[in-house]
Amino acid sequence: MSDPPPSAAGPDGSEAELLRRLRARDEAAFAQVIDRHHGSLLRFALGFVRSRAVAEEVVQETWLAVLDGLGSFEGRSSFKTWLFRILANRAKTRGAREQRSVPFSAFADPAEPDAPAVDPSRFRPDGGWAAPPERWDADTPERRLQTREALRCLEEALESLAPAQRTVLTLRDIEGLDSAEVCNILEITETNQRVLLHRARSRLRAALEAHLAAGGSPC
Amino acid sequence: MLTCQELTELVTEYAEGRMGPWRRIEFWMHLGMCKHCRAYVSQLRATVRAVGALPPEPVPPEVKDELLERLRHMRPAR
Repeated sequence: MSDPPPSAAGPDGSEAELLRRLRARDEAAFAQVIDRHHGSLLRFALGFVRSRAVAEEVVQETWLAVLDGLGSFEGRSSFKTWLFRILANRAKTRGAREQRSVPFSAFADPAEPDAPAVDPSRFRPDGGWAAPPERWDADTPERRLQTREALRCLEEALESLAPAQRTVLTLRDIEGLDSAEVCNILEITETNQRVLLHRARSRLRAALEAHLAAGGSPC
Repeated sequence: MLTCQELTELVTEYAEGRMGPWRRIEFWMHLGMCKHCRAYVSQLRATVRAVGALPPEPVPPEVKDELLERLRHMRPAR
C-alpha cells in the first residue's frame, strides 16, 4: 500500500496557503491539486456525460475555469466544494446538451430504491443472520483489504456502481466531503444523498466480502 | 425489536447521525447483543477506510502538461 498522496495544501496544511500558492500560479501547487483530484473529477463527470472522452474534456474545462476563477473565489465554501460545483455545472450543461438517456434527475430518484444492503438469502425468515458475516479485523487482518487484488476488486466494484451512487460515494468517501457539501454540489436532498451512499457502501462491502471469501482471488 | 436484516438497512442512517433517539438506543442494544451485526458494521467501516485509501488514478502526462502549459501563460490571479 502506497502512502497517501502529498497534501496539496501548504506545509501547515491550510487551505489559505494552498489558495495563496494557486493564485500566485505556483506550478507545483497546481500539479499537486491536479494529481489529487483529477481521477475523482473524471469519475464525477462520467456520471453526467456519455463518454470518457467528453468527461475528460469537461474536466479539462473545469481546471481552466478554476484557474480563471481563483481571483473571484471568496472562500465561502471549501476549495474542494467550489471545484466540484464548477464541474457539476459544466457536466450538467454538457449532459443536457447531449440529451443523455439517463438524466441528472436520476439523482433525485435513486435507482433501485428497494435493492437490499445484504442479499436476503443471508437471513432467516425472522430477520436474523443465517449466513453471518466474518469479522475481518480478527480473522481477516485488515491488510488483506490492501493487497493489489483487493484494491482492484474495490475499483471494479466502484466502476460498476450506478452513476449516482458512484458520484456520491466518490465525494463522500474518496474526497471526504460532508453530506451538506454533497447535497449542495449535486442539488439533492439529504435523504437522497443518504440512500445513494448507503447503496454504494453496501455494494462495495459485498464485493470485498465476496473477494475475501474466494480467498482473495481477482473479482 | 430490531432484526439483523433491518439493522443492515439502518447503518448509514445511524452513521450519518439521522436516527431518532429511541431508534438509536434500539440500534445500540442490538449491536451490544449481536456479534454478527458488530462484524457487519466493522466490515462496512473497513470498506469505507479502504475506499478512502484507494490511490488516486494517475493523470495522463499529456493532460497534466497541457494544463501546466496553460498555467504558465496566465497572469497571477488577484
